[in-house]
Amino acid sequence: MSLRDLTAAEQVAALAAGKVTSLELVDAHLAAVASDEVGAFLAVDPDRARARAREIDALPERPPLGGVPIGIKDALSTRDLVTTAGSRMLEGFRPVYTATCVQRLEDAGAIVVGKTNMDEFAMGSSTENSAYHPTRNPWDHTRVPGGSSGGSAAAVAQRQVPWSLGSDTGGSIRQPAALCGIVGMKPTYGAISRYGLIAFASSLDQVGPFARTVRDAALLLRHMVGRDPMDSTSLDMPEAIALPVASDLRGLRVGVVDELMGEGVEPGVRDAVGYALRMVEALGGTVVPVSLPTTPLGLATYYVLAPAECSSNLARFDGVRYGPVVDDDTLLDQYERTRGELFGPEVRRRIMLGTFALASGYYDQYYGRAQRVRTLIVREFSAAFDQVDLLASPTSPTVAFPLGARTADPYSMYLADVCTIPVSLAGLPAISIPCGLSGGLPVGLQLAGPAFSENRLLGAAHALEQALAFDTLPPGLVT
Amino acid sequence: MSAYEPVIGVEIHVQLSTRTKMFCGCELSFGDPPNTHTCPVCLAHPGVLPVVNEEAVRRALLIGVALGCEVAPRSIFHRKNYFYPDLPKAYQISQFDIPICGRGEFIAIRDDGSEIRVGITRAHLEEDAAKLTHAGGRRVGAAGSVVDFNRGGTPLVEIVTEPDLRSASDAAVFLRQLRQTLLFLGVSDCSMEEGSMRADANVSIRPVGADQFGTKTELKNMNSFRFLERGIDAEIARQTAILGSGGQVTQETVHFEPETGAITSLRSKEESHDYRYFPEPDLVPLAPDPSWVAELRAGLPELPLPLRRRMVDEMGLTTEDAEVLTDSPALVAYFMEVAAAVDPKAAANWIRGELRAQLREAGQDPWESTVTPARMAALVGLVESGAVSVPAAKEVLAEVISSGTEPADVVEAKGLGQISDEDELAAIVAEIVAANPVQAQQLRDGKDKVIGFFVGKAMAQTGGRADPQAVQRLVRAAVLGQ
Repeated sequence: MSLRDLTAAEQVAALAAGKVTSLELVDAHLAAVASDEVGAFLAVDPDRARARAREIDALPERPPLGGVPIGIKDALSTRDLVTTAGSRMLEGFRPVYTATCVQRLEDAGAIVVGKTNMDEFAMGSSTENSAYHPTRNPWDHTRVPGGSSGGSAAAVAQRQVPWSLGSDTGGSIRQPAALCGIVGMKPTYGAISRYGLIAFASSLDQVGPFARTVRDAALLLRHMVGRDPMDSTSLDMPEAIALPVASDLRGLRVGVVDELMGEGVEPGVRDAVGYALRMVEALGGTVVPVSLPTTPLGLATYYVLAPAECSSNLARFDGVRYGPVVDDDTLLDQYERTRGELFGPEVRRRIMLGTFALASGYYDQYYGRAQRVRTLIVREFSAAFDQVDLLASPTSPTVAFPLGARTADPYSMYLADVCTIPVSLAGLPAISIPCGLSGGLPVGLQLAGPAFSENRLLGAAHALEQALAFDTLPPGLVT
Repeated sequence: MSAYEPVIGVEIHVQLSTRTKMFCGCELSFGDPPNTHTCPVCLAHPGVLPVVNEEAVRRALLIGVALGCEVAPRSIFHRKNYFYPDLPKAYQISQFDIPICGRGEFIAIRDDGSEIRVGITRAHLEEDAAKLTHAGGRRVGAAGSVVDFNRGGTPLVEIVTEPDLRSASDAAVFLRQLRQTLLFLGVSDCSMEEGSMRADANVSIRPVGADQFGTKTELKNMNSFRFLERGIDAEIARQTAILGSGGQVTQETVHFEPETGAITSLRSKEESHDYRYFPEPDLVPLAPDPSWVAELRAGLPELPLPLRRRMVDEMGLTTEDAEVLTDSPALVAYFMEVAAAVDPKAAANWIRGELRAQLREAGQDPWESTVTPARMAALVGLVESGAVSVPAAKEVLAEVISSGTEPADVVEAKGLGQISDEDELAAIVAEIVAANPVQAQQLRDGKDKVIGFFVGKAMAQTGGRADPQAVQRLVRAAVLGQ
């Protein structure tokens, strides 16, 4: 058994017991990062990671996360460590500050080994929109890991790091977690500071953990949540994140969203999710059908609101103050060439969509209407949670698809997030856990709860995870 | 008499003199080396977020309360999107459909005492852009441009008025008095020259008696009240000429060139901007606690216009005295302290007259000078009691300014005390009358003005120490036997 097979919590325990040093752990994982068979990483800083491990090993008392390595999605700002958001627009960019969530983890003793690959500016569902290279699914190297946080998901599934951070705007943590057979969680909007998260769609973006176990996800979450004076939209959790211990689901009412179980969901996915729902009942919970009739409009709503916000958020990238520039004679030509040549096609498409949606004369028809639908979706979720404790659905309607299969058809790519987007629009917490295989590929179960119900979600996910006993080791992976 | 009536509304940008910027912790600065007050937030580095400056909100509320505006229980920020090198995020965080302060009213007073009632449409919070400097001075055709981000993110309040003004001079009166009010609130330096207060005017004309407004133009960036008044007059004249010759005014942004007095059009791509406003998702709504607003309302300082009224009605000052003395909150405080100790009218005369005249040479303001309010009051008191004459008091004042000595000590040291000994004065008067028989005869012939000649002689002979009233009496006695 390799050190890489230990879960993060096991690594923390081994460190605390003096059975292993942080440097040994970091070196074991750095070796796997160096070979990087799945292309999960963009930037790695072994010297920095090893130096930090030595520092922590020399401390009289270990910090709570003990010196365990972690991978960070390249959308998060890390001081002096190249941060590109998967874009040529930020090639070689070394930030001058570290994102609050990363800083909190570093302060708690996590060691950043590198930055993980992603769809450019988090726009995509396969990580194929990375300007640098695609990432492969550890379960089948001919398939995508999902996206946009595909690098973070693949790195955890490949056991290059025990855990990692992603960001989720419409499903960018949950969907790759599902496709890579690991746990991924998007907390309640506002639970984790967005300061230092390179913005895609500010009203939807949330940072969250990837791990191989629910317990590890909870442990990571615990050290990130809480109000940050640098993010006005951040909030304190009503209660601390607890490490889940539940072994049954007695008294838990789980609603199955009708609209997310029908057309477009692969039979193998439906079967695996159905198995998990029967397990819910076996653990003492009740499963009831729930209808959220507005959710089918979620995708369209999202593809108005998110591009609208992105068109504004990405306007700062003009090549003047940081990042590369494509020089030209006049300022306007320089703007146009820099943005035209350094943004990839999907980013340009969304900027144009969003610019159009906000244009005067179209605002009410697109942005205004989408906001109203969003309000309806929020209300529908709220009403549903009057009847049930949690909602369940597939995380993704399909298992991992082959590399290149959807790149020519943006709409088919957008459909990958059809189950995750409604929850994002409502700002609610949701977790994806592996619930079985379909054709040898992992299937994810999404559980969503009311705002700030993280502990309830983690508890239920943990109990279900124990019962499902999914093996997260991809076939053929030798650690 | 023109057949057209001007219709004018103004938009005023006021930089708040808070310690830090609107959305980050960088300190505000004027005149520091370029780009020394910047951080990832105000330079719009990837991943940063704005955080609202609470003091800026407090000052915006103070302005709203002072202008009688409705304070919105919940207002929101919007993003105003456009590309320009002075705007690093490529959007300005501003307020759009729900400003922090809604409708209000400001009443300005013309020199003749009549009122100019100006409706306030709104006052909202936003951030200033960075400062661009164009090599060669002008934007178009400049050889190069540089950006100073020190100013970027400075808190601004934009005050928008209804089109209630009907002349350029009214606009100037309104703006001067609004500026004074803002100074009294202590929210801004309000320096037109340094750009901490900037005004744009929307100008249109319509046939006298018409209900409908004409097509307006926006007159931009006038950096003094004088230019503003001249600019509006020039624009009114231009529009009048256009309509008079059967033409039509084009809705556009225009500039006033102070050097030539000409109005130039700014037809550029900026004209066709679509700012794509949408609610700023990085900020939560502003919902000021009603008790906070009530507290601000209760704690408002006495504002210049009511204060002037009180000075005239209760303190016996002239309208002109009141206007001069309310020029700044510091001057008001100075005057009030002096006026508490001596006759307010005498205090007013001395402060706005001799004190300011003498200090002007030294380039000082009263409150910064060695003439403390206590010393000023002491000096006025010496004059009032007859201990020193007015000319002597002026000499004493000069000495107080140069040496910081107490007025009474100056009088003592220099022997400037008024001669009130009747015998001593009578002897001097007798000597003067004897030496000037021609003037004495004129006085006898009924030319009473000649009395001033004798008083002047007596003052000259005594070094200003003679009591002029006593001298007059003694001259009449000596010449006329009265």
